[in-house]
Amino acid sequence: MARPKIARKSTIVDMTAMCDVAFLLLSFFILTTKPKPSEAVPIQTPKSVANKFVPDKGVLMISLNAQGNVYLSTADNSDDRDKKKAMLQDINQRNNLGLTDAEIAALVKQPFIGVPFAQLKQQAHLTNDQITAKNLPNGIPAQDTTNNQMIEWVRAAVAAYSGSHMDLILKGDNVAKYPVFKNILTAFKKNDQFKFQMVTNQANVPQGTDLYKENMNANKSSKM
Amino acid sequence: MAEMDTSGGGHKKGPGVKKGKKLSTRVDLTPMVDLGFLLITFFVFTTTISQPTAMRLALPDDKVKPEDQNKIKQSGALTILLGKDNNVFYYEGELAPDASNFKSSNFKDIRDEIIRKKQAADTNFVVVIKPNDESTYKNFIDILDEMSINVVKRYAVVDIADVEDQLIRRTEGEAPKQ
Repeated sequence: MARPKIARKSTIVDMTAMCDVAFLLLSFFILTTKPKPSEAVPIQTPKSVANKFVPDKGVLMISLNAQGNVYLSTADNSDDRDKKKAMLQDINQRNNLGLTDAEIAALVKQPFIGVPFAQLKQQAHLTNDQITAKNLPNGIPAQDTTNNQMIEWVRAAVAAYSGSHMDLILKGDNVAKYPVFKNILTAFKKNDQFKFQMVTNQANVPQGTDLYKENMNANKSSKM
Repeated sequence: MAEMDTSGGGHKKGPGVKKGKKLSTRVDLTPMVDLGFLLITFFVFTTTISQPTAMRLALPDDKVKPEDQNKIKQSGALTILLGKDNNVFYYEGELAPDASNFKSSNFKDIRDEIIRKKQAADTNFVVVIKPNDESTYKNFIDILDEMSINVVKRYAVVDIADVEDQLIRRTEGEAPKQ
């Protein structure tokens, strides 16, 4: 019985093509990954089912960290920086802080404001690396109702952004206590700002709830 | 797997002449591919596509005269109180003088209560949220989130009354605030 000869094929596969694909994908992912901007104020935001994204222009952001300190920042583009400058000039004038133009320019370049009015002059002389929540442990006073400087800041912001759109954004930490949050709300209300947004992480809508059913229906009708 | 061409030269040279070994230019790429995919997996997993989202909230105007404000029907009202350590308390309608309708709950069970009350009260349904000073920002967001999860159209955030605050503190086993 003659057995048919099976040709022995080499098991070696040419890896060049696979290698090409692997590195193409690798370079794609490396280039598309944006390094998370290092946050000077670390904040753990709560989760919610809200699905609207945070805008990135015309934003006045108020950060509330775990210790209940309040920090203020604007979006980082030329328009918003102009507004921040206007805000600072306004605050400077009304509170007689005696900030020079150079100091105001320095403050505008800094990532956020985190001191009482009286210390703005000192903050202006810090470098950007020094502007962290650790170095500025007080934040803007908003803890008690008698000295709520957020009211002034929001007023200045409303004036600076008058005529253009401003989104008030509040970014609070999970464990921040409610009273400070309430004081910030008071600052909004005192300046007739009744709409604002709160930064959250996206969470899935629990199954079986009314919102879940609503979303399902909306999907169905949009497909038809 | 590495392929090496060890098949020396075919032609023979003289006895004193060393063989110039012809090495293959083929390199085994398997470890390189391994490394490539390892890095790909790393980048795929570390890339965060989740952008932060924003929850919208509209505040009421305090300056509106009392007679212009919306009155709510007691029968359809559910008041949710937030205490410390993620405690949730609630009562329906008006708080009884002896606090008999004051019940404690938590963030898991409050949803059932909201759904039940929503179905019972129908169009009159309104939720009043009262966080006390011990509650956290997360509690507040969570309860607002419950409102949107259960599609509660009418809800209000109201300052807590002293009576309620003391009830919470007593229930939590703490001496009432002086």
